[in-house]
Amino acid sequence: MSDVTIAERPAAGPEDILDSIVQGEGYKYGFFTEIEAEEAPPGLNEDIVRFISAKKGEPGWLLDWRLKAFRRWQTMDPPDWAKLNIAPIDYQAASYYSAPKSLKDAPKSLDEVDPELLKTYEKLGIPLGERAALAGVAVDAVFDSVSVATTYKDKLGELGIIFCSFGEAVREHPDLVRRYLGSVVPVADNFFAALNSAVFSDGSFVYVPPGVRCPMELSTYFRINAAKTGQFERTLLIADKGAYVSYLEGCTAPQRDENQLHAAVVELVAMEDAEIKYATVQNWYPGDADGKGGIYNFVTKRGACRGDRAKISWAQVETGSAITWKYPSCLLEGDHSVGAFYSVAITNNRQQADTGTKMIHIGRNTSSTVISKGISAGRGQNTYRGQIKVLSAADGARNYTQCDSLLIGKSCGAHTVPYIDVRHPGAKVEHEATTSKISDEQMFYCQQRGLTAEDALSLIVNGFCKEVLNELPMEFAVEAQKLLAVSLEGSVG
Amino acid sequence: MTNILEIRGLRACITGGREVLKGIDLTVAPGEVHAIMGPNGAGKSTLSSVLAGKPGYEVTAGSVFYKGVDLLSMPPDARAREGLFLAFQYPVEIPGVNNMYFLRAALNAGRRQRGQPELDAQQFLKAVREKLKLLDIGDDLLRRAVNVGFSGGEKKRNEIFQMAMLEPNLALLDETDSGLDIDALRVVSDGVNRLRDPGRAIIMVTHYQRLLDYVVPDHVHVLADGRIVASGDRHFAVELEQTGYAHLCDAA
Ligand SMILES: Nc1ncnc2c1ncn2[C@@H]1O[C@H](COP(=O)(O)OP(=O)(O)O)[C@@H](O)[C@H]1O
Ligand SMILES: [Mg+2]
Repeated sequence: MSDVTIAERPAAGPEDILDSIVQGEGYKYGFFTEIEAEEAPPGLNEDIVRFISAKKGEPGWLLDWRLKAFRRWQTMDPPDWAKLNIAPIDYQAASYYSAPKSLKDAPKSLDEVDPELLKTYEKLGIPLGERAALAGVAVDAVFDSVSVATTYKDKLGELGIIFCSFGEAVREHPDLVRRYLGSVVPVADNFFAALNSAVFSDGSFVYVPPGVRCPMELSTYFRINAAKTGQFERTLLIADKGAYVSYLEGCTAPQRDENQLHAAVVELVAMEDAEIKYATVQNWYPGDADGKGGIYNFVTKRGACRGDRAKISWAQVETGSAITWKYPSCLLEGDHSVGAFYSVAITNNRQQADTGTKMIHIGRNTSSTVISKGISAGRGQNTYRGQIKVLSAADGARNYTQCDSLLIGKSCGAHTVPYIDVRHPGAKVEHEATTSKISDEQMFYCQQRGLTAEDALSLIVNGFCKEVLNELPMEFAVEAQKLLAVSLEGSVG
Repeated sequence: MTNILEIRGLRACITGGREVLKGIDLTVAPGEVHAIMGPNGAGKSTLSSVLAGKPGYEVTAGSVFYKGVDLLSMPPDARAREGLFLAFQYPVEIPGVNNMYFLRAALNAGRRQRGQPELDAQQFLKAVREKLKLLDIGDDLLRRAVNVGFSGGEKKRNEIFQMAMLEPNLALLDETDSGLDIDALRVVSDGVNRLRDPGRAIIMVTHYQRLLDYVVPDHVHVLADGRIVASGDRHFAVELEQTGYAHLCDAA
């Protein structure tokens, strides 16, 4: 059991149980087999939005907020500027409220789990005890994790840190949610954010009070529950004045979902002197070698450095999904605030990723760093898209961007699309970009020292990504390294 | 005792290109140091590459037995794990990969192959210290990424250091002396001399005589136009110094 994670939902009271069924997570507690939830028909209209909100027992203001988002969404078109080749998505064909899976369908033991999946867990170095739970086997380990979670939750509670599901936050801390929800990503920010705002399922809420340093890495769920993350996740994280928090999202284990369309929104708010570190490992099912069946992942992530000297850093390792559309960004509002973006994105086979960041310099003496490592193998297409914007009042703004692409093989592609919009003559904006190939010489050199072709590739790729991996929490970094190797399997002969 | 290396009638060409090795015969016993000399373009590096299994070459005839087994049927990484080491003429840079981390991965790959337990970080560090001392090499190279930003001399020293750590049965040193100033040459050749061992054979490829003043070979061969055109004992090198090998090349 990892000691840096914490479950978002500890002891299950009657309300939690209902809530968790509504979220389609019912079987994680293992004793709700008989309870059947209603299901919404496919399609999206105001009635569906009302239905979702009612199911979750939400207050009127939140329903209104959802409806407002929905009405705006109806007037919007999906963005077409990304370098992604996507067949038109029929939004009326999808179902926006999924009923919980039946426990009957869950494997009873590891013997019933796909051996390929178990092999992958082994390669990733996932502890034996967690493998069964990750594979969805209904076992006692799940209960263990719930009780461990309770201990952590108590500890956080003593410090005044709120860490719970979004639904719980709406009930227990409505004022905080109301104050900050949509304050960084407005409902109509973009097509996918509007969609999420209308139909979001659940997610996480974190509030760290003034002056408190969160003593542990927070993660959305225990890893074992991460496989059941919602389709339209909503995360809101607030670090009040002088607070510090490091947050971990996702899981190196491959995640599958029958819903192809995913659209998450993450909002971060850092007040004066606060610091937020947000790390993500995304390993959604990428589809088969031809790209069939993979997840479409459209994510809006944005953090606001609202106070002076606030710091926000995004670190991401993106290896999964058929389509990745994602630009974790920072609004540097406070003077001397600092934004950072560290990214590794791998595309193999037919995967397509269009990812990058936006750094918006608003306050004085703000600085930002962008380190992006794109790796393309197979027929993968990898685009870095980044915007650096310096507003006219942002005296002393500085940005450094380094954008490296690595190509493995001849059929893949890497693209770099920087937008630099500087409205202050004193701004210092640096952009460096490189594209390299793994050379036959490098491979042979490693092999001549005894490394297999797979190990050689993994070593070279990890070296290429080092600056980003260094930004991940330690034990996460080790798993991430293995994940890079697994993601590139089959890309050397 | 089995020979470490037995090359018989080896012919090889660049894949899709011309023939470079035109019938090589060479036998190397444990403990021996061989020098292979010859003009630029003679095929010396190609011979090393073919023995190490570098892609891009095609063996068209002949056989190579290494410790009694068919070397050419082994993939390059297996050859390395079986104790064949090539010190590269142009060592390759691997950005972001720490030199020590790389070497430990290499060392443990070989140990796994031999059924020995892997060295943990501390055991490895201890072994590193011993070898550094033996070779009189500073530890400044170890903190850096593999060959990245190394001077020519540093790269060559690093190759010898790797060789010392990996303790190969057969070491092929391809122009390890070229591009070195006299001090670096001394460090490298001292290192090679210390690594002479009854269980180990060393083949030094060079087109300068001066290395042989420092590392005295048991056998000296001249490779010209893809063939070994002359061989002799250590005195042959001195002789060559006077006569040059132009007349031998003409004979080829
Ligand atoms: N990979 C290669 N592609 C094309 N030509 C090559 C390659 N390797 C070697 N050669 C050619 O083969 C000949 C022998 O080269 P090499 O073995 O490097 O000679 P040496 O090491 O004795 O100087 C030269 O003519 C060289 O240009
Ligand atoms: Mg050469």
